[in-house]
Amino acid sequence: MSAMGRISPAVAPPGGYGGTAKALHWLVAALVLAGIAMGLTMVSLPGITPTKLRLFNWHKWIGVTVFALALLRLAWRLAHPAPPLPPSVPLWQRRAAALSHAALYVLLFALPLSGYFYSLAAGFPVVYLGLVPLPEFIGPDPALKQPLVVLHHVFAWTMIALLALHVGAALKHRWVDRDGVFERMLPRRRRPPAAEDARERTREGMPR
Amino acid sequence: MNRRSLTALLLAAAPAAVCMPALAQAVDAARSAVSATFRQMGVPVEGRFARFAGQVVYDPARPADAQARVDVEVASFSLGDPQYDAEVRKPAWFDAARFPRASFAGAGMRPAGGGWQVPGTLTIKGRAVNVVVPLAVRREAGATVFEGSLPIRRLAFGIGEGEWKDTGLLADEVIVKFRLAVPAAAK
Repeated sequence: MSAMGRISPAVAPPGGYGGTAKALHWLVAALVLAGIAMGLTMVSLPGITPTKLRLFNWHKWIGVTVFALALLRLAWRLAHPAPPLPPSVPLWQRRAAALSHAALYVLLFALPLSGYFYSLAAGFPVVYLGLVPLPEFIGPDPALKQPLVVLHHVFAWTMIALLALHVGAALKHRWVDRDGVFERMLPRRRRPPAAEDARERTREGMPR
Repeated sequence: MNRRSLTALLLAAAPAAVCMPALAQAVDAARSAVSATFRQMGVPVEGRFARFAGQVVYDPARPADAQARVDVEVASFSLGDPQYDAEVRKPAWFDAARFPRASFAGAGMRPAGGGWQVPGTLTIKGRAVNVVVPLAVRREAGATVFEGSLPIRRLAFGIGEGEWKDTGLLADEVIVKFRLAVPAAAK
């Protein structure tokens, strides 16, 4: 692939993502999962309780963090293109991967933003970590509340569906295709020379 | 407890009911507002009282003789969300069924800074607390407007009991804001 030539080996060894890309991926992954878990839990709690209010605030802080990290990730990704897929991956899978990754990126912005505006419309401005008041782009607006919460839920369930697809596809690369695609996002435990690391990964990924 | 609260309520209500002179003017609710802003994990949330009534005795020439009484229907407190509105009427909060009204009764305006101060008694949930209310007086078309905000401690009134006492979740300080308009004396 032509993309190969553009990747600096020091940042992204052949076939793998760089350390920064990996760190951002896993950090965002953990936060998104925590945010979804809290979101589903808090809306299922009846009435108004201290636990519910705490979850709501933590959920919002996670969303704000994800949004900020998504900006970083997007900037990093634009400067450091993803390593090419092995030639064994069929064209439709390449397209599906590109499309679903793009959709995931869009949701990393759209999901927190829709929640943020819903919170503003509901009259609850977001104060990050309980300390930093964030901009109130809109005031309380009962007419916007309902459409925004519907939008937030649609984005959330789309995110959940895409994550299932994402994880499913990753596991297929690991257990069915065994083509090294899954391993390129794994954190490296040691810091061997890049070439050795890549060789090792190739051997592991293609046992035949 | 019950009897003490009742006594406090009666004591707070008595002076206003008995002593309010005939020249008292009713607060024009349509041009007035009473709200409370609390902080939930750092987030300011404002609720408004939709129903309140008040009487003011005010002669600009004799501010020291001014008097005011305001009664607020606590069940009319609204944060704009029916679920929250129902919650704050419960016994742990306003206990609106037992204490339907919160009131302020004050007398004697004294100058403070560029504005005024009125000492008085604030009674919420049957608990009376002495307060000094800072306010500004303005003339508007046909009305005298008294405006101000008073920081209070919600726990002093038992607002948010049990697990809601946690001030890390819900700050003790609540800002009560008011704007009371009375028809200007037609002299």
